[in-house]
Amino acid sequence: MTQSRDHLAQARKARQEMQELRFASGRFCAQICRPQYPFASRTGPNRGKFSGVSFAMRHYSVFAIVKEALGYHQGWERAWRNPTPKAQYDAIIIGAGGHGLATAYYLGKNFGITNVAVIEKGWLGGGNTGRNTTIIRSNYLQDPSAAIYEKSRSLYETLSQDLNYNIMFSPRGVIMLAQTEHEKRGYLRTAHANSLQGVETRFITPREVKELCPIIHLEGPRYPVLGGLWQARGGTARHDAVAWGYARACSAMGMDIIQQCEVTAIHRENGAVSAIETTKGRIGCNKLGIVVAGHSSHVADMAGFRLPIESVALQALVSEPIKPCMDVVVMANTVHGYMSQSDKGEMVIGGGADGYNNYTQRGSFQHIEETVRALVETFPMISRLKMLRQWGGIVDMTGDRSPIISKTPVENCFINCGWGTGGFKAIPGSGWAMAELMAKGHSPLADEFGLNRFREGRFIDESVAAGVAH
Amino acid sequence: MLLLTCPYCGVSADETELSPGGEAHLKRFGPGSSDEDFEGYLFMRHNQKGVHFERWRHTYGCGKWFLAARCTATLEVFGTYSAQTPEPPKEIIAKIQAKRPDWSLT
Amino acid sequence: MSHRLPQGGRLIDKARTVSFEFNGQKMRGLAGDTLASALLAEDQMLVGRSFKYHRPRGIVASGAEEPNALVGLGRDARFEPNQRVTTTELFEGLEAQSQNHWPSLENDIGVVNNYLARFLPAGFYYKTFIHPRPFWKHVFEPIIRQSAGLGKAPKDRDADRYEHFYAHVDLLIIGGGIAGLQAALDAGKQGKRVLLVEQTAHWGGRAPVDGIELGGKSADDWITATLAALGKMKNVTLRNRTMGAGVYDHGYALAYERVTDHAPSVDAPRHRLWRIRAARIITATGAIERPLSFAGNDIPGVMLASALRDYIVNYGVAAGKRIVIATNNDDGYRSALVAKEAGLEVAAVIDPRPDATGDLIEAARSAGIAIKQGMAIAEAQGGKRVTGVKICAQDSDGSTGEVIACDAVGMSGGWSPVVHLWSHCGGKLIWDEAQACFRPDPTRPPLSHDGEGFVFVAGAADGHSTAAASLKSAQAAVAAATGQAVKSRLPKVVEPELGALAPIWIMPARAPIQKRAKMWLDFQNDVKVSDVQLAAREGYESVEHTKRYTTLGMATDQGKLSNINGLAVLADALQAQIPAVGTTTFRPPYTPISMGAIAGEARGAVFQPLRRTPIFDWHVEHGADFEPVGQWRRPYCYPRAGEDRHAAVTREINATRGSLGLLDASTLGKIIVKGPDAGRFMDMLYTNMMSTLKPGRCRYGLMCNENGFLMDDGVVARLDEETFLVHTTTGGADHIHAHMEDWLQCEWWDFKVYTANVTERWAQVAVVGPNARKLLEKLGSDTDLSAEALPFMAWTDAKIGGFEARVFRISFSGELSFEIAVPASQGLDFWKSLIEAGAEWNITPYGTEGLHVMRAEKGFIMIGDETDGTVIPQDLGLDWAISKKKEDYLGKRAQARSFMDNPDRWKLVGLETLDGGVLPDGAYVIRAGKNANGQNNVQGRVTSTYYSPTLKRGIAMALIHNGPDRMGEVVNLTDGKGGQIKARICSTIFFDPEGEKQNV
Repeated sequence: MTQSRDHLAQARKARQEMQELRFASGRFCAQICRPQYPFASRTGPNRGKFSGVSFAMRHYSVFAIVKEALGYHQGWERAWRNPTPKAQYDAIIIGAGGHGLATAYYLGKNFGITNVAVIEKGWLGGGNTGRNTTIIRSNYLQDPSAAIYEKSRSLYETLSQDLNYNIMFSPRGVIMLAQTEHEKRGYLRTAHANSLQGVETRFITPREVKELCPIIHLEGPRYPVLGGLWQARGGTARHDAVAWGYARACSAMGMDIIQQCEVTAIHRENGAVSAIETTKGRIGCNKLGIVVAGHSSHVADMAGFRLPIESVALQALVSEPIKPCMDVVVMANTVHGYMSQSDKGEMVIGGGADGYNNYTQRGSFQHIEETVRALVETFPMISRLKMLRQWGGIVDMTGDRSPIISKTPVENCFINCGWGTGGFKAIPGSGWAMAELMAKGHSPLADEFGLNRFREGRFIDESVAAGVAH
Repeated sequence: MLLLTCPYCGVSADETELSPGGEAHLKRFGPGSSDEDFEGYLFMRHNQKGVHFERWRHTYGCGKWFLAARCTATLEVFGTYSAQTPEPPKEIIAKIQAKRPDWSLT
Repeated sequence: MSHRLPQGGRLIDKARTVSFEFNGQKMRGLAGDTLASALLAEDQMLVGRSFKYHRPRGIVASGAEEPNALVGLGRDARFEPNQRVTTTELFEGLEAQSQNHWPSLENDIGVVNNYLARFLPAGFYYKTFIHPRPFWKHVFEPIIRQSAGLGKAPKDRDADRYEHFYAHVDLLIIGGGIAGLQAALDAGKQGKRVLLVEQTAHWGGRAPVDGIELGGKSADDWITATLAALGKMKNVTLRNRTMGAGVYDHGYALAYERVTDHAPSVDAPRHRLWRIRAARIITATGAIERPLSFAGNDIPGVMLASALRDYIVNYGVAAGKRIVIATNNDDGYRSALVAKEAGLEVAAVIDPRPDATGDLIEAARSAGIAIKQGMAIAEAQGGKRVTGVKICAQDSDGSTGEVIACDAVGMSGGWSPVVHLWSHCGGKLIWDEAQACFRPDPTRPPLSHDGEGFVFVAGAADGHSTAAASLKSAQAAVAAATGQAVKSRLPKVVEPELGALAPIWIMPARAPIQKRAKMWLDFQNDVKVSDVQLAAREGYESVEHTKRYTTLGMATDQGKLSNINGLAVLADALQAQIPAVGTTTFRPPYTPISMGAIAGEARGAVFQPLRRTPIFDWHVEHGADFEPVGQWRRPYCYPRAGEDRHAAVTREINATRGSLGLLDASTLGKIIVKGPDAGRFMDMLYTNMMSTLKPGRCRYGLMCNENGFLMDDGVVARLDEETFLVHTTTGGADHIHAHMEDWLQCEWWDFKVYTANVTERWAQVAVVGPNARKLLEKLGSDTDLSAEALPFMAWTDAKIGGFEARVFRISFSGELSFEIAVPASQGLDFWKSLIEAGAEWNITPYGTEGLHVMRAEKGFIMIGDETDGTVIPQDLGLDWAISKKKEDYLGKRAQARSFMDNPDRWKLVGLETLDGGVLPDGAYVIRAGKNANGQNNVQGRVTSTYYSPTLKRGIAMALIHNGPDRMGEVVNLTDGKGGQIKARICSTIFFDPEGEKQNV
C-alpha cells in the first residue's frame, strides 16, 4: 500500500505544521502570560479576564464541526501536543490521570504556574479515571469530605464550559438506599450534617424512591427499602472526557504531557526533591506532585517514605445497552451494589472491593457475583439483561478509607492518593486543593487530609453513616 | 479466584473459604511505644508490588489463621506457613529466591 | 434474494417445519434452523438498525461474533433484549422483534442521523452540546439517550430460574471443534478428569463445513465416532450449548450453559453457570473471519464469506442468487465453490492478490468461476439490500471500474484466532506476520498459583489454518498441559493446500476520504475507517484512546469483527507496526451472559441465609413486626389490631415497667473463653479488669479495637476459675469471636486459652419488670432467686419450671430483670410456659424498639447508636470501666494519641427539648460561625432520640463538646427542615437515677 502512504504523508506534514504553530502560541502564551493568570474562568481568582484558552487552542463548537465536515474532518488538530521533556520545570506531576491533570490545570489556571510537566507511565487517563462507574456525589457525612467533594461537584457543573470540552456532566440525581433501621438513622444523620455543610440532600420516603426509580423493588423479603438519601444534583459524567478535556486545556497552557514515560527514581538534595529519573531521562523540578492512584506506595518508596495504604482491586461491569429505563443513580450499601445507566444505554454496575493486596487490575469472580445478586434482588428486571464486560482497577485503601492530600517528609514533594473507591467524583476538587497546596503550602480543602492524622489518631471515617454494629 | 493451601488442614482452599488479613509479621507496639512506632505498626504498610507476606484465615474451613508469601503482581503463591511464625521462614525465602534470584527480604 | 435451497443442510430436518414470528409477521423455518437461517430462508435480510446512524443492518455472521442481527425475544416476564439471531436456535412459537428503530424497521426516523453522518464523526459530542449549560441535561442528553441504547428494557420480574454447577477437573477444554475433540480424546485416554464444553449445539466446528476428510471418513463421521469414543470414557464430561465465558486466576473458569433457551417449554433452569476449578485449561476456541473494509461493506447482503458458506452447508439457505466473493486469502474460494455447487450463480471472486495460486483457486477456476486478481471492491451499491459491486484495481483510488450486479457479497479478510480466554487472565500475544493475526505467545501464558502457565492453546485458536496442523497442536497442548506424552495416532487428513494471504486492510489501497468515510469497521457502533484515522490525527494515539474515542469494539460483540481491522488502520495512520500499537484488554465474558445466571438461585427468600431464634415461629404467630438485624430477624414490636408501631411500643414499655415484660434475647452473642490464661486474655480484650471477677458474678465490660475505638460491650459472667462467658451485641457475636481468635492465634499464641462461639446453643429470655421474680417463683425454681441469694450482677444455675437454666441478674432496662438461658431446643417451650404463667401479671412480649427506649431512659449506651466507630469509651463517660491498673489492653496505646487524649472531645450527655418534643434522629448541635470551607460550625450531635412513654416526653442522648461541664445550658439543633430546635443539656439518666427498681 505504498501509494496510500501519500495522503498519509500529507496529513503528517499538515500535523507538523499545526504543531509548530501551536508550539509558537504555547510559547508565546507561556512567556507573555505567566506573570498574570492567563486562563480566564468563572471560578478562578482571575474571574472576568480574557479567555486564554480560546487563542491557545482551537475552540470546539457546533460551528467548528460544520466547518470541518465540509473538509471531511481532515483539518482537526491534535487535542494535546506530544512533546519531548524539557530539562527543568517549575513543577512536575507524576501521573496523568484525572487527579494529576486537574492538579496541573489548576496550577496554571489559579496560580499562573504553567511551566509544568505531567509524566505518565502509560497513556493519559488510562488508570482508574477510565475504569470507574462515573458516579458524582458529595453527600458525605464528615465536614472535610463534604467540603472537598462538594467543591468537586460544583466544579463539575461548569467543567464542560471551563474546558471547552463536553464531559457530559449529568446531574440526574443519586439515591443511597436505607435498607435497615440502622442505615436509615445513618442517612438521616447525614442529611442533617449536609444541611450545615451547604450540600443539598434530603431523606426521601420509599414512595419517592419508587417515583424516581420505577424499576426498583421496594419490598425485598430480606432488606425492604425504608427510604433513601437523595442528592438531586449528584449524577454522572463521561470519565474519559474528563481526562481528555483537562489534558487538552493543560497542553494549551503550554504544559507538557509526557506519555509512555515511567519514573524510575526521585532525586533529593538535602531533604528536598530536585529531579526525577525517567525512561526518557532526568528531568529537574522545583516542586513534585505524586498523583498515582494504585501505585502510590511504589512511587512514594522512590522518594523514601512509606504510606498508610494498601492496593486492592475494585471491580465493575456493564450490561449490554438498552433503551433508557433508569434516570438516577442508585446505591444499595447494605447489599453492596450500585447501578446507573450510561448515555449509551449500558447499565453500569459496581460493588465492593476485593480484600487482598493486588496490582493485577483483575479481581475475583465472587465479588462480581455478590454485586449482581444484590442488584437482581433490588432491580429484578436486570435478571434478563446480560453482562457485557467486567473489569478491575487498583485502588489505594488508607487506614481510615479517606484520601491523603499532603506534604511529605521530603521537602517540596507532595502527594495526592488514597481515594479508595471514590476518586472519580473528586477529580476537580482534588486537583484544585492539590494545586493550592503545591502553590501556597496549604489549602483549607486539603488541610484535614494530611498524612499526620494517622499519627495523631484524627481520622476521617465515612463508614460511620453506614455503621457496623447494632 | 485465588487458591491457597491451608498449612493446618492441608486443604487447597478456594478464596471463598478464606478471609484476607493484610500484611504479616507486623511487630505490635503497645503502651509506652513512640508515636512513630505505633503509627508504623498500625498503619504504615510495605504494600509491595511483588512478593508480599500476608495473613489469611481459613474462615470457612478449620478456622485457623495462616501466613502466605504471594506476588501481588503475578499472584504466584510461593508458600503458606503457620501464623505462629515471627518472620518469613528460611525455606520460603529459599523458594522465592530460587525463582527470583534478584529478590531479597526488605 | 436469500432463499432455502432445494437440497443440502446438514443440520436441518426438512420434514419438520417450525413456525415463528418476526415483527408480528408469521414465518416458517425448519427444525435445526437458527433464527438467522430461518430469517434468511424467508428472505428477511434486513434485521435491525445500527446504533448511531440507524443504518439498515443485515446478518453478517453465522455465530457468536454477529454484531448486527440482534432482536428482542419473547414477551412480558420472558422478554429478553439484544439476542443474536445467529446463536438463537429456532423453536415452535418463537417471537422476535427487531430493535433500535421507530416507527418501524423498514421506515426508521432515526435514519436522519445517517444523512447527518458527515456532521457526526467520531467523538463529535465531545466538541459540541457545550452551551447553553442546562441544555445538556435537559435537551441534548435525553435525545442522545433515546436514540442510543439498543433493545427495550425488560419490565417484569424474570419468570425463569437459574442455577450454579461446581466442577473440579484436571483439564478443562473449551471448544468442541476437531481440535477440542482430539484433545479430549487424548487427555481422556490418559485417565484425566476432563470437561469439554462447546458453545453451540453441534460438535466439530468448521471441519464438516469445509468438507475435510479425516481418517478416510467425512468430518461428520469422524466426529460421530470420536463422540462415541468419548462417551465411553467415565472420566470425560461433554457439554454442548455451554460457552467458556471467562478464565480467572489460579485455574478458575466460568462456563455458561444455555439449558432451555432452545426449548423454553422444558421445566428446567434457563441458564446454568458452571464454576470450574481446573488444574489446566486448553482453549480450542477456533478463529473468527475478518470483514474487508470497502465502501458500503455494511449494506445488508454483504456478509462474511464463511457465514455465507455456513448457511448453505448447514442450513441449505442461500444468502442470494447471484454471489460475489471478495477475499484476500484462499479460504474465501471455499465459499465460492460451495455456492457454485449449490447451484448459485457466482458472478466473480475479487482477489486483491495479483498472482495468487493454490488448490482452491485452481478448483474455482476449473469450476468456471470468474476470478478477478489484483482487484478490489471500490464500493458496494444498494440501500436496504446490496444490488451490486463496483470493482477496481486494488492499487487505485477506486474512481473508475465496472459494476457487477449481485444480491449477496461474501467477504474474507483472513482469520483472527479467538484469543480472548487465553488473554482474560494475563496471557500475552504475538503478531503472526504470515497470517496477519495475533496469536497466543506460548512463552508468556497466564500463570497459576504455582507460577506455571495453566492455559494451553489448540487448533485455529493457535493460528493454525489446516485441520492437520490443528490436530497436531491439540496433541501437543495435551502433552504440555498434563506433562504426559500422547501416543495416539492422528487420523490422516485430506484437505487442500492454502496459499499465503495478503494483509489488505482497506480496499482499494488509495481510497479517498469520501470512500474511507463509508468503510465500516464496527458495524453496530458505526465506526468507520475515517473515524479511526480522525482519532489518530487528533492525538488519541493509544489503542485504548482510539477505542474509547471512536467506540470501536465497544459494542455487544466487543470487537470480535472490528478490533484487528481497526488496529491495522490505526497502525497505518500512525506509521507504526501493528504489534507496536498493541491490542485493547480482553475482558470476560467471551460473549454476554445473563445476570440471572450470575445471581443463580440466591434470590427472594434465599437471597441470604436467614437466622431465626428458637422462638421465631411464636413471634410470627403473634404478629411480630420484624426488623433485619444482620442476618437475624428480630421483632421490632408486636402490634395488636388497630395499633401502629408507636402505640405498640408504648404499650409494651408501660406493661413492662408497670408489671411484666418478656424479651427474646437469644440473638445476643455468647462466647466461651476457657483456659489457665483466660483471665489474662480477658484483661487484654476488655478495657476493665476481668481477671478479678469472682465465679458466680457478672461484670459489664467494654471492648476496644487496637485503634482505640469502642467496638463492642456486654456482660461477662465468670463460670469458674478457668471459664468466662462473654456476652456480645447481636451484630458482634461473629466478628468479636473472630477478633479473639485473631489475637490468640497471631499475637498471643503462648496463652493457654480456647474460645467457642455458643450463641446458637442457647435460647435466652429476659424476664423484666416488678413482677419478674414472682413469675419465676410461680414456675418454681430449685434455687433461691431472692435478692439476697441472687443479688444484682450475679448468676446461678437453676431448674426453673422443669427447665435446666442459667439465670443472670442483669438488666438493660433498669427494671428487676432476670436473663435466663436454656438449651436452644427448649427455648420455645420455656418461652411458652413463661407466657402462660405470666398471664395473671399481663405478661407482655416486647421488641427491639421497646428495648432501645428503656435502655435510653436509663442512659445505657447502645453500640452502633452512641458509638459509630469514631467513639472511645472516654467520650461516653465510661472512664469507670477503664482500668488504670492494667499495663496494657487492646486500644490503650491508641487512646494515648494526641487527638484522643484530649479534653476537647465531644462527650456524652442527655438532651431534653424545651417543649417536650422528640428531637429528630441524627440532629446536629450548631455552633455560631463558619469554618475555613464555609461550612456551619457544629459542636455535637444526637446519638439516640426517642419518645419516652414512661416520662411522656422526648428524651435524647448526644455527644457535645465539653458536654458534662455544660449541664442546664440550652443549645440549638438542626430540625431537618432548615430550622432549629432548642434543647437543654441534662444527665443521660432520665429514669430511676438511683437504680432502685433494678436492685430489688
